Amino acid sequence: MSDVNTMQIEFTLNGTPTKVDVAPMDRLLDTLRYALGLTGSKEGCGEGECGACTVYLDGVPVNACLVPTFQVRGCHVETIESIPHESLDAMLTSGATQCGACTPGVVMTACWLNRHPELSKTHSVRELMAGNLCRCTGYDGIIDGIECEQRTKSSTL
Amino acid sequence: MLAGDSSLIPIAGATDVLVHWPGNLEAKTRSYLDLSGLGELRSMQWADDTFTIGALTTYWDVICNEQCAQAFPLLINAARQVGSVQIQSRGTWAGNIINASPAADGVPVLMAYDATVVMQSCEGIEEIPLDEFYFGYKQMRRRTDQLVVAIRMPRRAHDVEIFEKVGARRAQAISKIGLAITHSQDGWRIVASAVAPTILRCKAIETLLEEGSPVRSPDDLMAAIAKDVSPIDDIRSSRLYRERVLARILYHDLKGIVPSFV
Repeated sequence: MSDVNTMQIEFTLNGTPTKVDVAPMDRLLDTLRYALGLTGSKEGCGEGECGACTVYLDGVPVNACLVPTFQVRGCHVETIESIPHESLDAMLTSGATQCGACTPGVVMTACWLNRHPELSKTHSVRELMAGNLCRCTGYDGIIDGIECEQRTKSSTL
Repeated sequence: MLAGDSSLIPIAGATDVLVHWPGNLEAKTRSYLDLSGLGELRSMQWADDTFTIGALTTYWDVICNEQCAQAFPLLINAARQVGSVQIQSRGTWAGNIINASPAADGVPVLMAYDATVVMQSCEGIEEIPLDEFYFGYKQMRRRTDQLVVAIRMPRRAHDVEIFEKVGARRAQAISKIGLAITHSQDGWRIVASAVAPTILRCKAIETLLEEGSPVRSPDDLMAAIAKDVSPIDDIRSSRLYRERVLARILYHDLKGIVPSFV
């Protein structure tokens, strides 16, 4: 069913071509959670501060609460559901999670910077993680987990 | 389309318009014009004497550009202090100008580099210096039929380039006070943010620097600062704090660089 207030958007979601009907200013976060059933991305603040809704848009982290869904037409979107479970090992070992509300977003940004070691030439881990707020554990466990993962990777290269 | 409907609001990265969107009933009554399909506006062009960034160029695009880091380091410095990577990857420089927040982080450094705003309409192209673009809180010299298509900066050799941001915390904070300083053969540019209804050049401070009047402490800057800025008390800071801290940052940044600062 289509009406004048919806539009069909085509994009690639976690590697799969996807079509979805959305209202013109639906937020990507709502489309993912309520139209496509991917509830891994969380809504924390709804204003681009907390990063709980972090997804990759064409490979770069964005806040899904601040992206109108129509702007992802033709793009690649990746969500926490696309992240392999073993990517979480270092975070679990370092105690980087407690209540879990921030964790999907934290893991998305952490995996992104681990995939881009070149960023360490210009940026600290803390600066790159600044868009993911955690109100439970503090940040040391998160940073430890990321640095542990980076050490493991560089030693196996 | 802009010429036919003066109520249309152009949007680029949408990082301002979607804040608290579900409950923002007023914003939902407006009409928006999406620019994201105009790929040619996401560009950086280097000419012999100018550097031009297209209106859809994001902070992250500039952060990742090594030539920009060499030629316009303050752009990188400020961009890295805008929100977080998640915001830097969506937010655009042109959007920062048009959102017209007095506390914007991108605008002060653009203004300190003498940027111009390039706008296009059915009437043609108009280019306005950024330091003449605002004339009141959120008021600017853009007609509703004009679209900002680019921001252009002259390529100059600068011997002083400083950007300071004072926020409640290092990351993810809106400025209490922002300050961009450049010096080239074209003189001093002192640009302050969050201390007036618009971001502006501090002409009295610039004159004081050009004339070489002796400055022995932050207090010696207060008279010029009072001429230039008009900060307010609000949730983020107070008028008094903003004036005092602006004076102290200016003094300590320029002491050791400017001979008249002793």
